[in-house]
Amino acid sequence: MRRKRTRGTFEQTRAPLLFLTPNLVIFSVFIILPAIIGLRMSFFDWSILGSHTFAGFKNFVRLVDDPMFWRTLLNTLIYVATVVPLILVASLLLSLPAAQNYVGIGVFRALYYFPTMLSLIIVGIAWRWILGFDIGIANYVLTRLGLGPAPWLTRGDMAMGSLVFVTAWTRTGYFMMMFVGGLQAIPKTFYEAARMDGAGAWVTFRSITLPLLRPIILVVTVLATIEAFKAYELIYVMTSGGPGSSTKLLVQYIYEVAFEQDRMGYGAAMSIVLLAIIGFFTFLQFAARRTEYDNE
Amino acid sequence: MSKVLRYAGLALIACFFFLPILWVLVSSLKTQSELFTYPLTILPAHPTLSNFSAALEDHALLRYFGNSSFVAVVATLITIAINLMAGYALSKYYFPGRDIIFYVMIGTLMIPLQAIMVPIFLLLKKLGMLNTLWGVIIPPAATPTGIFLARQYIMTIPNSLIEAARIDGAREGRIFRSVIVPLAKPIVATLAIFSFMWRWNDFLWPFIVISNKSKMTLQLALANFVGQYQINWASLLSLTVITMIPMVVVFLALQKYFVTGLTAGGVKF
Repeated sequence: MRRKRTRGTFEQTRAPLLFLTPNLVIFSVFIILPAIIGLRMSFFDWSILGSHTFAGFKNFVRLVDDPMFWRTLLNTLIYVATVVPLILVASLLLSLPAAQNYVGIGVFRALYYFPTMLSLIIVGIAWRWILGFDIGIANYVLTRLGLGPAPWLTRGDMAMGSLVFVTAWTRTGYFMMMFVGGLQAIPKTFYEAARMDGAGAWVTFRSITLPLLRPIILVVTVLATIEAFKAYELIYVMTSGGPGSSTKLLVQYIYEVAFEQDRMGYGAAMSIVLLAIIGFFTFLQFAARRTEYDNE
Repeated sequence: MSKVLRYAGLALIACFFFLPILWVLVSSLKTQSELFTYPLTILPAHPTLSNFSAALEDHALLRYFGNSSFVAVVATLITIAINLMAGYALSKYYFPGRDIIFYVMIGTLMIPLQAIMVPIFLLLKKLGMLNTLWGVIIPPAATPTGIFLARQYIMTIPNSLIEAARIDGAREGRIFRSVIVPLAKPIVATLAIFSFMWRWNDFLWPFIVISNKSKMTLQLALANFVGQYQINWASLLSLTVITMIPMVVVFLALQKYFVTGLTAGGVKF
C-alpha cells in the first residue's frame, strides 16, 4: 500500500532520514561492511594481527583439498537434512491439539513452548546431565531395565542423533506456535462444510488444513533450515564436535580455522561458502513454493 | 472417557518438554555426593540450597550476572528506541528509496553472524570494541525482525492522528514521542520481551567479543564451565538454574499470549 503524497516540507523529508540514521549506521557498519570485508579477506592470507598478502583464489582451491572441510560440510548437511524435517513434522503435529479450544489448553501450549525460551547453552548442559554416560539418568533407567548404558554422546552416530533430538526438543515449541497462529486463522466454516460433506479427519486434514498452512510450512522450513546451518552453541556444550570430528559442523570449523589456527582469510573463504549455501537453500525453497503455485 | 484420554495425552507431551528441566532443578538441590550415589535418588534425600549459597558467595558469579543484566537491559532499550524510529520512518513517510532501504534491511536476515564473525572480530578490534560490553550491545541492536514488527504495527495507526498533530503545529520528533510511542505500546512490549530474552540467552556475540574474564556474561561463564576437564556438576547445575530465573519471569509475563494463542507475527523472532 503506497500513499500518494505531495512533496513534504523540508522537515518532513529530513525527519524520516534522521529517524532511520541509527539503524542505517548499525546495519552498514556491522553487517554490510563486514560482509564486504569478509569477501575481500577470502582472497588474502590474513593473520589475526592484520598482516595480509594477496592470495587470489588460493583459499577456495585449498577448500577443495581440505578433508576436514568436506567432513564438516557433510556433517552439516546430515544435521540439516534430519533436523529440519523432524522439527517441521513435530511442530505441525503438536499444533493440531495445541490450536484447539480445550479448557486449559493455554497451560499446555506454555509448557510446550518453555524449552524454546532457554539458551542453547542451558539446554545443552541439561541434556548432557541427562545423557551422560555414567552420570545420566537416561542410562540409569536403561541399566535398571537391563538394556545397559547407551553411548548417547560418546559414539559418533549416536552423538549426532542426540544432537538432532535435542535441537528438535528445544525448537519444536517455537514453530508449533507459528502453526497455532496459522490454524486459528482458518475459518471454522471450512471445517463445518467438510463435515457436512461427510469428510473424515484425514481427508479434512489433507484437503483443508494442509493446503491452507502452506505459507507457514514454507516459513518454518526456511527459518529452521537457516537455523540449522548456523548451529554451534548446542554442539559446543554437548559434544564440542566429538567424538573425533563426528559432530563437528561447518561453523565450528570456521571458528577453529580463523581464531585458533589464525588463518582468517581461509576462515573468511569458508564463511562465503556457508553464506552461499544458506542463500541457495533459501532460494530453492521459495522457488519450490512458486512452482507449486504455478501447478495449481 | 475420550476427554480423560485427551488430557492424559496432552500431559504426557508436557512431561516430555518439561521433565528434563525439572530434573536439572531437582538435581541442583542435591549435594555433590548425592548427585553421584548409586542407586540414583530421584528426589533429593536432604534438599539443600548449599550449592546456591556457595554460588552467590562467589564474586565472579555476581559479576557475570551484572554483565548479563546490563547487556540485556541496555540492549533492549536501544533496540526498542531505534527500531521504533525506523519502523515509523518506513511506514508513515514517503521518500525516494524507502522501499529499497526496507528490503535491504530485511534481506540482512540472510547474513547470519556465523557467516561474518571473522571480519566482525577484526572490525570490532579496530574500533576498540573488543572486550567491552558495548561491543556486545550495539552491533546486533538493529534487528530486521524488530524493524519489520515495528513497521507493520505503526502502519495500522491512522494517518489522521499524525496529520491532526501536524496541523496543531507539532514538529516531527514531538509527533513521534507523543502520538506514535504511546499508541505503539503493544509492539513495544513484544519487542521488549523478545529482545530481553534474546540478549539474555545470546552466546555467539559475547563469545566473539569477550575474552576478558571480568566482562563475561552468564552464558559465557556456563560454557566455560563445561569446557573444563573435570566438571563440577553441583556448581554447574546451580549456576544453570540461576541463569534460568529471568527467563522464568519472562515466561510468566507471556502467559496471556499462550491463552489467546500468539499471533504468527509475535513469534517471528
